[in-house]
Amino acid sequence: MNPTTMPDTVLQKIEFASGEPAQANAGTTAASLIEVENLNLHYGSAQALKNISLTMKEKVVTAFIGPSGCGKSTLLRCLNRMNDLIDGVRIEGAMRIGGHDIYARDVDVIELRKRVGMVFQKSNPFPKSIYDNVAYGLRLQGIKSGSELDAAVAQSLRSAALWDEVKDRLHTSALGLSGGQQQRLCIARAIAVKPEIILMDEPASALDPIATSRIEDLILELKKDFTIVIVTHNMQQAARISDDTAFFYLGELVEFASTKKIFTNPAHKRTEDYVTGRFG
Amino acid sequence: MNSPAITSRSFRATKFDFGSFFFTGLTGLATLCILGILAIILFNILASGLPAISWRFISTIPKKDFFEPATTGVLPMILGTSIRVIVMTIFVIPIGVITAIYLTEYAPNLSPVTRVIRAAVNNLAGVPSIVFGLFGVGFFINFIGQGMDKALGHESVVWGQPALLWASLTLAIMTLPVVIVATEESLKAIPMGLREGSLALGATKLQTILRVVLPQALPGIMTGGILAISRAAGEVAPILLTGVAYYMADLPTKLSNQFMDLGYHVFVLSTQSPDIEKTRPITFATVLVLLVLTFALNFVAIIIRARVRKKLRALG
Repeated sequence: MNPTTMPDTVLQKIEFASGEPAQANAGTTAASLIEVENLNLHYGSAQALKNISLTMKEKVVTAFIGPSGCGKSTLLRCLNRMNDLIDGVRIEGAMRIGGHDIYARDVDVIELRKRVGMVFQKSNPFPKSIYDNVAYGLRLQGIKSGSELDAAVAQSLRSAALWDEVKDRLHTSALGLSGGQQQRLCIARAIAVKPEIILMDEPASALDPIATSRIEDLILELKKDFTIVIVTHNMQQAARISDDTAFFYLGELVEFASTKKIFTNPAHKRTEDYVTGRFG
Repeated sequence: MNSPAITSRSFRATKFDFGSFFFTGLTGLATLCILGILAIILFNILASGLPAISWRFISTIPKKDFFEPATTGVLPMILGTSIRVIVMTIFVIPIGVITAIYLTEYAPNLSPVTRVIRAAVNNLAGVPSIVFGLFGVGFFINFIGQGMDKALGHESVVWGQPALLWASLTLAIMTLPVVIVATEESLKAIPMGLREGSLALGATKLQTILRVVLPQALPGIMTGGILAISRAAGEVAPILLTGVAYYMADLPTKLSNQFMDLGYHVFVLSTQSPDIEKTRPITFATVLVLLVLTFALNFVAIIIRARVRKKLRALG
């Protein structure tokens, strides 16, 4: 549903992902895993992120929300250093995962990306078979044994709730799958390499409501094993699946708190206006 | 009955659309002109050349007097042209593809160095082919060839003279821009998302290029190869100074041999013959053989490309 047409009362009725009441900035008691400290990011002369500081917790779903161009995707792409690919990006400040500075000079970006997986807005399966897509990351790591790959592929596809739909056609093209299936395949591909963190950049924005709800169910399931950071434009989706929510506006972090607080009792007027659909 | 005004009006055109008629006619006519010219050329070659084609003509190594229609043949020329095109392809594809990969995947897009390289590639495409021939003499024969003879301690000249290898390399340099541009286009057509997907799984840039990007770009690369073959097969100017021979009694057996060539042989038959009228049928027959050979080399490449495409689509 479009947030601008959503009456305020509906927001009050949304079920929240975490059952227990959450406190500001500490949705759960989990240990913190990702720390961002005074992060500034420039694209050439334009500043995309301004002095961002926040802490994300282990095995928790953190949602980044905010209007287009607010910097939420940019921040997400800092977490696996995907921004390195863009010419003219300058980053200041600190970003630590498990206490290790991921922008330190001696960091192996390849190792970082193995541990911080990513699912993109537009599903991007490789033009290979379903099996080869899931096995891709494992083969990169030098795993050649057929039985080992078979087991890992099957397990990843099961975890991504795709196994039953594709088990009879593993060796056919991944491009023959529907949009929702392709996105779940991309999730299977990401979890096959056993990351600790999965970044999701609007993973359901191009999907129909049924496919979207399957992805959301999957995220709630994956949260048991993975730390998830998700960028979303869909306010209800953030409310349904996340434990903590960060609201960004024009490159600044306006408010970061438990999802319940953000949606029912936000501290800032701007957050309230956004989550109730008054702008955005 | 009161029907709304809109339904009472018909949709029939009231004016003849002259502009549309005119341009349809004009573009059709232009196409017809091209087809007509092609048809005339092909018909002329077939009509004049086909009668002189025989198994003997194709399989004979001619004696010194190759102007005699009854005894001459074109086997050495078929062999020479085929080998130089194949050797050229072996060199031009890897060098062109690697250059294109550097330009699209590695080179910083906005840097002046990249711009200079791109400008150089574009200018290379505009250089007259005889200039490539002169370059081949200066660089390959005099510099590399003689250098090799000296370094290998040859008593007589082996590499420091016109040869199949130098002619092929000269052609490879001439067709380099074709392969680079075709490969670049096919690399650019691959969605950024595929590269990101691979990198996000912990692939290195090289792994991404080898496992995701290049397989997808293969048909486009082969198109570049096909264009290069078409361009090179009929070229005479670049090989004139770098390897082709007026006459050789034996077939070439080494890359350091000179060779006879179909295109050059057409020139020889039509300008050096003591009796042009008598030689005309075999001149046209030689042109026909050159056309068929070019087509055959292309056909092989097109078949391979079709297979690659099919495989990409099936597995793809």
